[in-house]
Formats: sequence, structure tokens, C-alpha cells
Amino acid sequence: MRDKTAIVGVGCCKFGENWDKSREDMMVEAAYQAYEDAGIDDPQKQIEAVFCGVVYPNFSTGEVADALRLYDRPISHVQNYCATGTDAFRFGVFGVAAGVYDTVLVLGYDKPKDRGVSGPSVAFDRVRGLPATPAGWFSLCAARYFDTFGADRGDLAKIAVKNHHNGTLAPNSMLKREITVDDALNARMISWPFGLYDCAAQSDGASAAIVTRADKASGFRDDYVLVRSVAIALGENPQTDPDFDFLRWKPTEYAARQAYELAGIGNPFDEIDVAQVHDCFTLTELLTYEDLGLIEKGSAKEHIASGTFELGGELPVNTDGGLKTFGHPTGATGVRMIYENVLQLRGQAGPRQVANATTALSHNIGGAPQACGITVLGMP
Amino acid sequence: MAGIASTGAYIPMTRLPLGLIHGRPAKDGSPEKAVAYYDEDSVTMAVAAAVDCLSEFDRERVDSVMFASTTYPMREKQGAVVIATALGLRRDVETADYTGSLRAGTDALKGALRAVAAGAAKCVLVVASDCRMAAPRTPMESNLGDAAAAFLVTEDGALATLEASSAVANEMQDVWRSDADDFVHSWEARFVVEKGYVPSVSAAVRDLLEKVDVGVDAFAKIAIYAHDARSHATVTRKIGAPADRVQDTMFGRVGNCGAAFAPLLLCAALESAAAGDRILLAGYGDGAEAFAFSALGDDTVAQHRAGVSAQLERRRSLRSYDSYLRSRGLDKKEWEAAAGPGLAATVRMRERDADIGLVGAACESCGQVHFPKPHVCYKCHARDRWRAYRLSDRTGAVLAYTFDYFFPTPEPPTIMTVTDVDGCRLHIQLADVAPDRVRLELPVRFMFRKIHEAGGRGNYFWKAVPVEA
Repeated sequence: MRDKTAIVGVGCCKFGENWDKSREDMMVEAAYQAYEDAGIDDPQKQIEAVFCGVVYPNFSTGEVADALRLYDRPISHVQNYCATGTDAFRFGVFGVAAGVYDTVLVLGYDKPKDRGVSGPSVAFDRVRGLPATPAGWFSLCAARYFDTFGADRGDLAKIAVKNHHNGTLAPNSMLKREITVDDALNARMISWPFGLYDCAAQSDGASAAIVTRADKASGFRDDYVLVRSVAIALGENPQTDPDFDFLRWKPTEYAARQAYELAGIGNPFDEIDVAQVHDCFTLTELLTYEDLGLIEKGSAKEHIASGTFELGGELPVNTDGGLKTFGHPTGATGVRMIYENVLQLRGQAGPRQVANATTALSHNIGGAPQACGITVLGMP
Repeated sequence: MAGIASTGAYIPMTRLPLGLIHGRPAKDGSPEKAVAYYDEDSVTMAVAAAVDCLSEFDRERVDSVMFASTTYPMREKQGAVVIATALGLRRDVETADYTGSLRAGTDALKGALRAVAAGAAKCVLVVASDCRMAAPRTPMESNLGDAAAAFLVTEDGALATLEASSAVANEMQDVWRSDADDFVHSWEARFVVEKGYVPSVSAAVRDLLEKVDVGVDAFAKIAIYAHDARSHATVTRKIGAPADRVQDTMFGRVGNCGAAFAPLLLCAALESAAAGDRILLAGYGDGAEAFAFSALGDDTVAQHRAGVSAQLERRRSLRSYDSYLRSRGLDKKEWEAAAGPGLAATVRMRERDADIGLVGAACESCGQVHFPKPHVCYKCHARDRWRAYRLSDRTGAVLAYTFDYFFPTPEPPTIMTVTDVDGCRLHIQLADVAPDRVRLELPVRFMFRKIHEAGGRGNYFWKAVPVEA
């Protein structure tokens, strides 16, 4: 699959509590931005299929067909926890790489802010595993990791501070406010060790990408971006896995192995120039540095202290503010990361631009967590 | 000869310092009452007392479960069968509920002793449990408490035998609760004591002494159900009980725990009885009954059991009266029982053994224990080669934890763990512990608890609690 497909257009609406925008409003905005970006002036003829990533589907594929007036062609919903957007993208890439389609639209969208709750819903349809909140699941590595490697809430706070800063530089991000380490440490507790600022901002949003055959990409634009690899891997449920050590998220390790092999990456830290990783919670970002093999297991604390992953560091991570401040409409997030990486690779990321970026990685992990998706993009 | 083979007790560790009711700060040693916390009810307490009682006994021997309570949460639906399932008893176990009277506990015990004596059963588990609800800020609220007691009655019960019993029926409207009432009601206190409690109990004791043909001083321990501390003093004086023989009624620590009260006093009396001691027990409710027990002193499992005295020591105080109101569902503004249908009945049935019994499965190919039972083994990938593996009576160690402030509870946080039990990982709440005592590798055991009340009924599962608490 390596380099058989290319991204020739991306779009992303403003993420946030979009009280006055419907799902239709957001998906049309993202899709038409991507059309324009790709120079697509007749989507009725040029878009052969649509792959959508959605986690909160009040309706289904019909609303996409009706919003975009795309009929008489396949439209599918893909769902894979927080890796949903990445997995929708993977289906699009596979459809083109297999030679079934020339050009497809990948559309991630979600609107959790129509549910009337702040944060996750509280489940009462079961008795085991309650309280079942993402913060409760993703925090389970904290005590063991802190105990083993000597990290603490202060290290997590620095990740929040970094992503809050980066978010101020991204026009479409939800939160544009710098915070301090003390702000993060003193915020109200959600699920220890996660205070409010350790948690991603749940938001509405939609983002889109146009995938086409690599050999036809230059017909759309010169600075097209090649898809080096897309990988999805499921891991054991960390709540029941009898061998789990609570120092990592195994799905990331599994998906990284696949993604690097497909993309031909031998030394990820040296070969990747910019990365968007799944910072649903600050600890998730910390573990991901290590689980992706960018740095040694247990060394995140030192790299956080030295600024390795800040803008201007050796390998900037979450240049647009990440889930933390750009927002996290679950189905859209993976596609939003691809949007940011495409801008970075094309040199269009403005004040948050990483110099001379030619290879970019994006990463999502979701569920207990059990599902990880990784995408590696590169310039020809 | 039919006798009591074992006893068990459960006093919820949560205590309401009575001063908090009137806004006074709690002080060490000041009066308090035992409170079934938000995740407890008469069924979960009954399971805890039964687990204590069954320590070291082969549960397969139990033929019958008799559950006594005036506060089983369901109007129609049996409690004994929930208890039998939580304990993992045989499928052919007989189950029955005793209810409707504060004497239900002693009634059930008497029924069990008679059934075994008559050869109708060989091994009967009797559990009495009550979670008594009084209107907030009333004197009754300070007087009532929550607890459970259990007995195992067998053909050769070697702890104590029943010599004789007596009964007095007395119809009057003293203490009652109708279908529509949330709280216990009572007629004027002096009427209840002077026309009900004192004469009924005195008459039952007098009849008992005549039957056994001894004086009250022949009894080493005199355990009398007490309407309240003051009327208890009146009764013991009236029957001429020597003060040093009178069993402590635990007012100011537990409170009047209804159908479980006389049974709890009997448990406490048996814990310190010597072989040959006679024990007088009196119960009250719509009349009274009295029992003469002989302690045989052969308590082979005492060292495995928590018992009354240890449970009195295991305590934690609520921080405020508001916490108490929230935990009892009495503060509708802040703490509403979850709406919605709750668990689907079909799911409840399919997952009954796992949810109610905490029964997992061990792989017959490689031995790996799983919870809940899957089809394919994590370790050796064998398919459907399982034997049932009860986790509820095992101990484990906390491997990971978090403090969740999101889930609605009276006093957040909810502590969530992944706990290792015999190589099996359980994603399970940790209860009855202050957050600052939680640590990796904390040794835990398991208790049957109410997780929530969605659908308007108790939805039960188990929680981990520290082994040392």
C-alpha cells in the first residue's frame, strides 16, 4: 500500500461547542473546504465513494448522502472507538489502493454537544465496570507508571501546558488559552491523576480529506501528500488482560509495528518530523511517546522536561493543540490530525509550522483502550 | 440433635455520629448508629453476614436459606434466592423469606431449628437483616440502625442447642410501616413500652422460665431485644436479670436493627459463651418470644470469623448529615436514583452467576482464571473448556487504581481498580476505604454490594474491600 495513494485536499470546520451548527452544517463545511483544496469543482462526478467516521450516530449514512447530495454511490459509516476517523481513512485508502475507486472522500464528524451532558454519559445499564468513564479507564496506568518511573502529576501538567499553547496558534481550535502548570495542578479532579486540564475538550466538529491514486495526484495539485501507511490494531482489554503491566498501552505498540513496517520506517524518532498523537488525557500522550518507540520506555519525564516534543523541539507533537485544546469530536479526530499533518507537510501551518517536515505521523487510541490507529504521511 | 453450628454478623462500617443530626460536630466515642451506605441494603448485608457464618463450611451442604427482614427492597420478589445465588449455593436449595414483623429473625431461627429437629432439613442457613428507615431528624432516626446476623443450623450443630421456647401474641398498633410508607411509624412511646414491649417480653420470659423450670439467674447471658435503651433497662429490671448477665444492646454504636436485632444479640452472646452456659434470648414484635439456648462451646470455626466484636471495631464516620441523607436517598435535590430501565432482565438472567455470584471460570487446559467466563481462553486459546471458579471468597491485590469524581455518589470519589485474584484480573470498585489508604498491592477481599438503583431496584455486584479494615 505504501505510496499508492495520495491526499490532495483537506478541510476542517471550527471545532467547539457548536450550539448553532448542525451535523449537516459541519460536514458540508469540511467537505466543501476539502473539495476546494483539491480543486474539485464537480464532486458529483469526481467523488466515487464516501467513508465516514462517526461515533455518536443519531442517524446514519442517509444524512451524509442528503447533506452532500451524493447519491448513486457507496457511503459507509466506520466506527472503531477513538480510532474511528483513522479507520474511515484506512477504508478510503484501501478502496483506492485496490484500484476500485480513483478518488474518494473521507469525512469524520461528530456532535456530542447535542446530548445535554458535559463529558461522558454515566452508564446505568450494567453493574460491572462502573463507573465507566474514559478518564477512569485511561488513568489506570498512572499509579503503576508513577511508582515505576518516578513521574508525577507535574509531568502531566507540562503536557497540558504545551498543548494549550499550541492550540492558541491553530485557527480552528476550540480553546485558545494559555495555562500554567499550577492551573493544571489545582484544577478540580476528574479521575485521579487527571484534573480538568488533563482531559481533552469534548467538542463538535467535522474534518475531511480527499484521497486519490498517487499516479493521478498531480492532476489535482503539485504538493500532494503520499500515504505511506495506515495501520489499525486491537489489543487485549487492559482491565482483564492477565499479563498486563500497566506501564503502556499495548494497542499502540501493536499498531506502530505494523505502521512502521508498511511505511519502511526503521528509526521513528529520526525519521518522523512531526506527530499528532491521541492526548485524550495527558498520560495517554506521555505513554504514546514511548509506546510509539520514539523514546525509551520510562524516559518520557526527561523528554518532557527538556522540551523534546514542544514546537521548536526535536519532534514536535500535537502542533495544533491536540485533542486537549483543538477539541475531540470522536469520529472527526483522526481526520483532523491528517488535516494538520497535511498542512505541516505542505508548509502551510503558519506560526506553528515545523521546519522542513517531510514525514508526519498521526495516532489514535480508544476504548478500554483497545483500538489504535496510526497513519504515516510523507512528501514524494 | 439440632443445633446452631455457626454464627455470622455484619455491621456496616459506615456510622452516623448522632450529634451530626443536630449540627453538632462528631467527637471520638460519642454516640453513633450503623448505617447501610448507599451501596448497601438488607440483601447485601445479609450476604455479608452469611459469608461470615459460612467461613470454612462446605456450602454444598446447605439445604435451605431462610431470609428474615422487614426491609427487603422488593414487594414482590424473593430475597432468599438472591442470597443463595450470591453465595453460590446448590440449585436445589430451598429458599424462603420471613417478613412483616420485627420478630421475623427469631421466627426464622425457630423455624430452622424445628425443621432440622423434625428431619425435614439437615442444614439451614438463617439470615436476618434490616436497614431501618426513620424520618429525618426524628428521635426514631437516632434509635434505629442497620445490621445483619446469620446462623447455620445443622443436625449436629455444636455451638448451641435450643432447650425450650415460649411465645406471646399481642395485637396492637405500636410500631408499623404500610406499603405506602417510607419510614417506620410509632404510636406514643410510653404506650408502646407500657402496653406492648414490657408486658409482652416479660410474659414470654416468665413462661420460658416455667417451662425450663429454672430462675432467671440460671442464665449466664440474657439477650433481650430492646425497643430502646431505656425500656430495655425497664424489662431487665422487671424480669430480675442480674446486671452482669445482661447482653450489651449496642445502642449508641449500632442502633435498633429490627428483625436482625435479637439475632445479632444472640451472635454476640455465643461469641463469648463457655460450654454449659445457658443463654436467654427474647425477641419482640406483635408480641414476644423467648428462647433458652445451651451453649456447647464447640466452635471450630471461630478463628475464621469476624463476628460482632470485630465488626463493631471496623468503622468510619460519615463527614456530615448531608452525606447520610444522600446515602439514604433522602435528599432528592442532590442525589436522585438513576432513571432509566436499568439492566435488561434478559441480561440479568444470562449474567446471573457472574454478577450475583462473582463466579468466573478456570480454563481446564491451562488453568488460567477468567472473569467473566469467556468462550476462548486468554492464555492457551482453548475454546469452551471451563470449570466454574468462585472468586467471591478469594483474596486479591490491587494492581491499578483511580479515584473517580464523576460517578454520582454521596461522598466522591468512587475508587476503581484492576485487582488480581488468582491470576485473574477484575475491573472492580474498591469500597470501605479512605482514598489515602489506597496503594498498589493492597490486599483485598470481596463484598456483595448494590451498584445502583436504575430501574427502581437494587442492581447488585461485588466490590473489593481491604482485607484489613
